[in-house]
Amino acid sequence: MAHSARRDSPELPDFSLLKRLARDQLIYLLEQLPGKKDLFIEADLMSPLDRIANVSTLKQHEVDKLYKVEYKPVISTSDQLCFLIRPRIQTVKWICDVVNADKAAGKFRRYKLIFTPQKFYACEAVLEEQGIFGDVTTDEWAFYLLPLDDDIISLELPEFFRDNFLAGDQRWVRTAGSTLHLLHSIYGPFSKIYGIGRCSKMAYESWREQVEEGETKARQAEIGNVFLIDRDVDFVTPLCSQVVYEGLVDDIFRIKCGCVEFGPDVTSSDKSMKVMLNSQDKVFNEIRNEHFSNVFGFLSQKARNLQTAYDKRRGMDIKQMKTFVSEELKGLKQEHRLLSLHIGASESIMKKKTKQDFQELLKTEHSLLEGFEIRECISFIEEHINRQVSMIESLRLLCLLSITENGLLPKDYRSLKAQYLQSYGVDHLLTFANLRQLGLLVEQQPGETLTVMESKVGKLVNDKTAGKLTDAFSSLAKKSNFRALSKKLNLVPKSDEEYDLRVPRDMAYIFSGAYIPLSCKLIEQVLERDGWTGLEEVTRLLNGHEFAVTGSTAGSSGADSRAKNDAQRIVLVMFLGGCTFSEISALRFLGRERGYKFIVVTTAITNSSRLIEALLDNHV
Amino acid sequence: MMKSKPDEEDYWNSSKFKAFTFDDEDDEFSRLKESKQAVNSIRRLVEEDDDEDDVEKVSWSGEPVGRKTKTGSFQFSDSLSDSSVRLYAPELRKPKSEYKDYVSDWSPEETVHRMQQGKAVSLEKFRSLQDKLLLLDFSISAHDGNVITAVTLFTITFTVLFRELESRQTALRHFIHYLTETRDQRLLLELLRALGRTEDIALLQYKEHLSIADENKRRDFLKSCLSLPFSPEDSAHVQDHYTLLERQIIIEATDRQAERGGKVEIFQKFPRRASILNMPLITTLYYCCFYHYTESEGTYSSPLNVRQTFRISEKQFFVTALAARAKLKAWVDVDALFTSRNWLGFTRKKSPLGFHRVVDILQKNSAPTQVLQEYVGLVDDAELRISLAQKHKCHDIIINTYRDLKDRQQLLGYRGKVERGSVEERKINELLDNPQIRWKN
Repeated sequence: MAHSARRDSPELPDFSLLKRLARDQLIYLLEQLPGKKDLFIEADLMSPLDRIANVSTLKQHEVDKLYKVEYKPVISTSDQLCFLIRPRIQTVKWICDVVNADKAAGKFRRYKLIFTPQKFYACEAVLEEQGIFGDVTTDEWAFYLLPLDDDIISLELPEFFRDNFLAGDQRWVRTAGSTLHLLHSIYGPFSKIYGIGRCSKMAYESWREQVEEGETKARQAEIGNVFLIDRDVDFVTPLCSQVVYEGLVDDIFRIKCGCVEFGPDVTSSDKSMKVMLNSQDKVFNEIRNEHFSNVFGFLSQKARNLQTAYDKRRGMDIKQMKTFVSEELKGLKQEHRLLSLHIGASESIMKKKTKQDFQELLKTEHSLLEGFEIRECISFIEEHINRQVSMIESLRLLCLLSITENGLLPKDYRSLKAQYLQSYGVDHLLTFANLRQLGLLVEQQPGETLTVMESKVGKLVNDKTAGKLTDAFSSLAKKSNFRALSKKLNLVPKSDEEYDLRVPRDMAYIFSGAYIPLSCKLIEQVLERDGWTGLEEVTRLLNGHEFAVTGSTAGSSGADSRAKNDAQRIVLVMFLGGCTFSEISALRFLGRERGYKFIVVTTAITNSSRLIEALLDNHV
Repeated sequence: MMKSKPDEEDYWNSSKFKAFTFDDEDDEFSRLKESKQAVNSIRRLVEEDDDEDDVEKVSWSGEPVGRKTKTGSFQFSDSLSDSSVRLYAPELRKPKSEYKDYVSDWSPEETVHRMQQGKAVSLEKFRSLQDKLLLLDFSISAHDGNVITAVTLFTITFTVLFRELESRQTALRHFIHYLTETRDQRLLLELLRALGRTEDIALLQYKEHLSIADENKRRDFLKSCLSLPFSPEDSAHVQDHYTLLERQIIIEATDRQAERGGKVEIFQKFPRRASILNMPLITTLYYCCFYHYTESEGTYSSPLNVRQTFRISEKQFFVTALAARAKLKAWVDVDALFTSRNWLGFTRKKSPLGFHRVVDILQKNSAPTQVLQEYVGLVDDAELRISLAQKHKCHDIIINTYRDLKDRQQLLGYRGKVERGSVEERKINELLDNPQIRWKN
């Protein structure tokens, strides 16, 4: 496949089937509670639910009223309550309160709890403890995967990140395994599985077990290769400011479940507007992967073309006009609408970014990635903190400083932490404890300075501490070794060369040519080498847990070899702990270059703010 | 094959040993599990028949969706005669006798395995500590957090296993997370104490202050936190937290009264938008610079006193005071912040902050052009100075900078940008006509 670069990419499998499966199962579950019922839906399940079933579907199955779970006493008068929830202790506790309140009031109702994507024993333990175990029935809705776009599938489980990486709770490992199992049984068999990271390895094993439990049928594979990667393998990439259009839109407006809400400043009216952002939007589809500096040019060209198309009307006779109106006008109008929306969004982005000295911010990030003028970077961050500019942004920069530098000098750590607490509140002591536990913001330990020096000089052979496996007894935090990795994998292109962002030469374009995302670089290397051979040094620096397994090629013997070949060029990349739109853009670029098609499966779409917010602990 | 079922149910209903069972073999749920296995075969159906309606018909029970199931308890045996079910769920055709009876003989490994699949198990037979630990270790090696938590909870219920957990960090983390989520503070603290994790205990207790709404109670609570075993560094931060809240309470009381009294001008002119309670230190400093700038160092609300008490750096103090005074448009105060006298007694402007940042702060507080101009002119770097001057329309600075750079071309270009017949244009013309300047271009 390597020699066939840029030839026509294979077709992506049809993932709408996943939606249908989920919908059918939900309907079945609702039917399990016959008669009229009120449905309570966990707040963050509303949007995903919206993508697969509409209100009328629910009504058809005798759902009377819909409520959002808000942890308040219920006002429903229905005698049947159904709860569609994530397996969270807090939610289960609230339901216990509801049931117990009914009991106290002598009210009799039937209750059904539907956990999605699965239930946990811990939730049942709470039901038992609160004395309502027999009063409710429980079910599972195996809604694992929500296709957000042709090539993006999300588990919509943002808590995966904190639970797994901060708390060290492996509750989602089986979920990840089941997800793979579902994909494997519909679009597999996979012929090759690569991965890196503790959780990836466990998810892989869980999937293997589930395969053995069930039975596999010979089938024509649609997805040939799978790559699993833990978020903590690469924290640098999601902490960088995004400058590719889709990523920028996410950073600024927050894309939620494939949908964004543009405010009045974008729509240039007095109303906000919710817009689906995916490949169906033809304008968006052409700019989503572009570096922001190209977007304006593209949009204005597009506007000119549109004008020309409209202008065609002039000099038309009646008949031509009629054809024009019936065939072209609608499309043009649609394009017009989308175009003005994205122009509005770009303007708004420009305004916001110029206001906060974006250039200087980017310069600091690039210096950190390059390991250049660190003192200046520190004083930039310090001023950021002093001026009480965004609490999240300051923390993001501190973390970026820490992982790129393998920790802060004790003197700097203390001073920056003290200033941070002064500016944003002492409550953040807990946040700092979390960041330290995760290894995102740490002090260099005495004795480590030598290691840092060594990796800087590149004398990796003597670096004993770097590749040491984190055994079960040590903390979950791991050293980043970013500088050494960057050198080894050439992640930071030489800064003296010109980088033409209009004609990107590598994945670094997603960060203005300053940095190739580590996560995507690993994927590229492993696919190219068909495994980890030759990357021993890299995996050692990443704390190991890498694997490459040839799956059961239980393909049908008479398989069409072209189709088989196509499947081999379809690569499913699963990010455990979230991935960013920038990474998706980078993979799309890599796919175009090498003739692959990537499908990104992620526990959730993330970005720097979401990542940091998940670790804040300054609230109850 | 369904014959054994009532017997089993009899057993379960009469069993007195339901110590800790995850009893979900109760009809509906187990059926869901079974239909889950059937999902693997759905793909085939879809391939065979692309009609969407047919796909929907597959359903999770083998029954067409949409037809209402009688009283909600659909009997699986009803449809077993239907040959299609065999195709979709071959697993279900296995006679029950093939499964081991789950009364007693599941090994720890099998038990864990069944738990992972959500099948019914009975943990009652794991009575000795050794058996329990064996079960725990199998659950850990299966990596399934859901099961790890369940088994840990089971073992903990019966024995004080803190000691054993210490050597099983994975199980320990799951247990701690469970206690955190259920907010079982008491047990969590007990556990951490047994493990000697003093700093965690301190932080956990400190965190409780967040749920205390009343400021006086919160202050007292923070005071009680001072004796907690924090690291020396954090200990100082918590001390500051206490001192700050104590002070905020005093300031808040005084200022609220002053505001209500209506006699203090500043509160009338700029009514307070929120209470100062529980705000970060720097916000408090800003507040003090805004409302209490001139107070002598003796009062709690004096900015200088705040600075002293909390060891605020010169730069931090400067930035905050600058922003506060600029907000009030107190340009004289702003000016004074920069003034220092050198040994000859001349005053000159000095700033711990780059002047381009100063300009930024002033501009954000809508400083007039004359004020901005003064500080733009102090920016060292010529290029940065020009770009800032252009942004803020400080013509004089641009013109003078081009003159100093002897850049005739730029000056010519700039003439086109200023207004016709303006003072600026005249000034440019004068410079261009000045024969004494040696232009570089």
